[in-house]
Amino acid sequence: MRPVWLLTLPVSIACATASGRSATQTPAAAAARESTSVMRPQYPSTYQRRPNPPVVIRNATIMTAAGREITDGSILFRDGRIVAVDATVDAPADAVVVDGTGKYVTPGVIDTHSHLGVYAAPGTDAESDGNEATNPVTAEVWAEHSFWPQDPQIPLAIAGGITTIQALPGSANLIGGRSAILKLIPARTVQEMKFPGARYGMKMACGENPKRVYRSRGPSTRMGNMAGYRAAFIQAEAYRQRWDKWNQNHQGDAPARDLRLETLAEVLRGHIYVQNHCYRADEMAQMIDLAHEFGFKIRAFHHAVEAYKVADLLAREGTAVAIWADWWGFKEEAMDGIHENAALVQNAGGRPTIHSDSESGIQRLNQEAAKAMSYGQRAGLPVTRDQALRWITANPAWVLGIDSLVGTLEPGKMADVVVWSADPFSVYAKALQVYNDGWLVFDRHDAARQPRTDFELWQVPTPGADR
Amino acid sequence: MIALLLAQTIAITGGTVFPVSGPKIEQATVLIRDGTIVAVGQDVSVPADATRIDATGKWVTPGLIDGAGQMGLVEIGAVPAGREGSIRNDTIAAAFNVAEGINPASQLIAVTRIEGITTTLASPGGHLVSGQAVLIDLAGATIEDMIAQSPVAMVADLSERAKDEGGGTRAGAAQRLRAAFRDALEYERRKTDFTRAQMQPLSASAADFEALLPVLRGQLPLIIIANRRSDIETALRIAREFKLRLVLAGAQEAWQLAPIIASAGVPVLVQPLDNVPSYDALGVRYENAAVLARAGVKVVLLETDTHNSRNLRQQAGNAVSYGMTWDQALRAITLSPAEVFGVASRYGSLEPGKVANVVVWSGDPFEFSTAVEHVYIRGREIPLTSRQAELLRRYRTLPPTY
Repeated sequence: MRPVWLLTLPVSIACATASGRSATQTPAAAAARESTSVMRPQYPSTYQRRPNPPVVIRNATIMTAAGREITDGSILFRDGRIVAVDATVDAPADAVVVDGTGKYVTPGVIDTHSHLGVYAAPGTDAESDGNEATNPVTAEVWAEHSFWPQDPQIPLAIAGGITTIQALPGSANLIGGRSAILKLIPARTVQEMKFPGARYGMKMACGENPKRVYRSRGPSTRMGNMAGYRAAFIQAEAYRQRWDKWNQNHQGDAPARDLRLETLAEVLRGHIYVQNHCYRADEMAQMIDLAHEFGFKIRAFHHAVEAYKVADLLAREGTAVAIWADWWGFKEEAMDGIHENAALVQNAGGRPTIHSDSESGIQRLNQEAAKAMSYGQRAGLPVTRDQALRWITANPAWVLGIDSLVGTLEPGKMADVVVWSADPFSVYAKALQVYNDGWLVFDRHDAARQPRTDFELWQVPTPGADR
Repeated sequence: MIALLLAQTIAITGGTVFPVSGPKIEQATVLIRDGTIVAVGQDVSVPADATRIDATGKWVTPGLIDGAGQMGLVEIGAVPAGREGSIRNDTIAAAFNVAEGINPASQLIAVTRIEGITTTLASPGGHLVSGQAVLIDLAGATIEDMIAQSPVAMVADLSERAKDEGGGTRAGAAQRLRAAFRDALEYERRKTDFTRAQMQPLSASAADFEALLPVLRGQLPLIIIANRRSDIETALRIAREFKLRLVLAGAQEAWQLAPIIASAGVPVLVQPLDNVPSYDALGVRYENAAVLARAGVKVVLLETDTHNSRNLRQQAGNAVSYGMTWDQALRAITLSPAEVFGVASRYGSLEPGKVANVVVWSGDPFEFSTAVEHVYIRGREIPLTSRQAELLRRYRTLPPTY
């Protein structure tokens, strides 16, 4: 089901305050549009699907991430949409035929937690654009305004089968700003990459990072962190009320615009998802209480190395987790990471996703999912291959609110498709072809289909056709 | 000694044995007695008192060796109290041997060894000359118990990270390294003058020079971290000038120099999954290890993240994906590091007389679906448990019982 807001994105953020009433109805509204920036387009997506011939991949193992794994199956997509997935499919005469013998096909991989583009390679201070560490609450900053489309890490991630990312601000701040949901494609501008219709996320961070960064001015403790979130949302509540009231009839002057509170108010309205960096189980419980106090939902706890300790609570709340297969020990709050985290969350009825938070790890989320699946299975937890594939496809799609569009191989879904050289849960598997919305953005055996960023030209040696 | 007294005779029978020193042997037996491998083959007679481990259908390899990291020298990355790998304010820290900083009770040790890594480097870092690395087995109650060899190498750095100690420049770093070597030789010639302070001050202390002398005599390998092609060339140049036993580490652009490195007989320590360009190595790529191996360079594969040293097998599997042969990759995490660190007479392969570091796997060790079934370190079976295993046990049913 396609949510209504998908069709109205440019203004949905701007006047998501409007209670279903058209802003064009009254002269007052027209005047308001003239008088206030909030009524104008807010950094819209300019994404456009490339025209491409239909593609049929035959005789492959199709892993749908929707319950089925079809050995010796086929998939047809055209005009950016999956048309058919089955043992055999009828393909039009003009379809490009890909022989999938011995190959595996999965949905495009989605990374819910990336800093690509905001912490771009080559990693100097000049590209360090991920943490606006000047105030503990910077809900006003948007990751897309930092994002550099020429980050040479982008083609590396594409070659790993990634088709969509959430590019997030860092975790220095209690509230770090808006995330960007991006199609991972070569582009000149971030606007061309913005996933059409996707909601924003808002980054929040628990624990060690904010209290370390703001030690001298505060917050310097976990209780200080909590007070900081609460103070911000108390302000946001009042702001939301002012705007909701004005939006009812546009009488009088529009309230003063405050970017910081605008984002927070959208969280309170449920239009922006909270993406919460939070390692420890007890802190997740605190954040859930915070969400209850202000009436919003936390969409996912990110990093969440202790999710398994409160897996029942997370399942009850309907909050997903975005976690690593095995990172642990790099700081105190990451001490208790275990391999079976994802499997235990799954087993409790929760929604795990495997994320990268890494320019290296994003290139092999399939391997990380394989690791988490294997350890879960060895511990006797009933994890299926389909579930584990969902950890890097359908579940992250849900975390980003785009699960009706991507994340599985089902008719009607966007044709984000990866062809693998072998079982993607094998260490030896490589992405051979990556289709994004039907566009073949990467082909391991065709140098002309291995995009390079401007940055790489001349100074980064060409890896050759078989990289 | 206590470890030896508690050891016993163990026969691992029926498995596919990868001795590494030779081709794989189907349905073979590895016989271990008192901590040492005593026989490997299809026709090994098993003594009556031996503990028999049926490895039918399993793969048996030497314990894996991670030639990188700070095992025992770091507990929680961000907590300084647990970090022992870098001595402060010492550009030429040659006398600094990390051994006494090792914590045999570190929880990382159990987490790592139950994944088939039985031996790791414990390496200093952070300076132009960071000090002496040691090789440790991941078992033992005391530092002495754990040490396989100390030192195994002197560690120096000519990568971008070392620039600060070279006055902010690469050339400065190289010159300071040369000056330390020249001063060490001068010190050796004029020890008496040095102790009586009857000469110009030199660039380091007597202890540091003493520590550098085995390096300058070609007795102790010098690991130089260098990533950019030109820095690797500088390392090779300095090694020629001083006739050093050079080992390159990091070496992200080494693939561009593969024939030169091969003909110089210099081994290279590589992390296969490095491929993100930085100004220290814009040419970093996944195929580095394979290109070097194909040229005949002795390659050692690394997992440099100490907490996840256990991912060495994933690193090796990816090296295979990007062009190494499977056999080359296994050798690069067993016998090759043993050779590079000068312990190949005792470590790195399944041969009579070698230390019984042995792993029984359910299948291909590089695959995620493969489980570790048995780990032996110095002939003793390691219980497959760790703090993480206890956390799993505690929380697999909620609420937990305390």
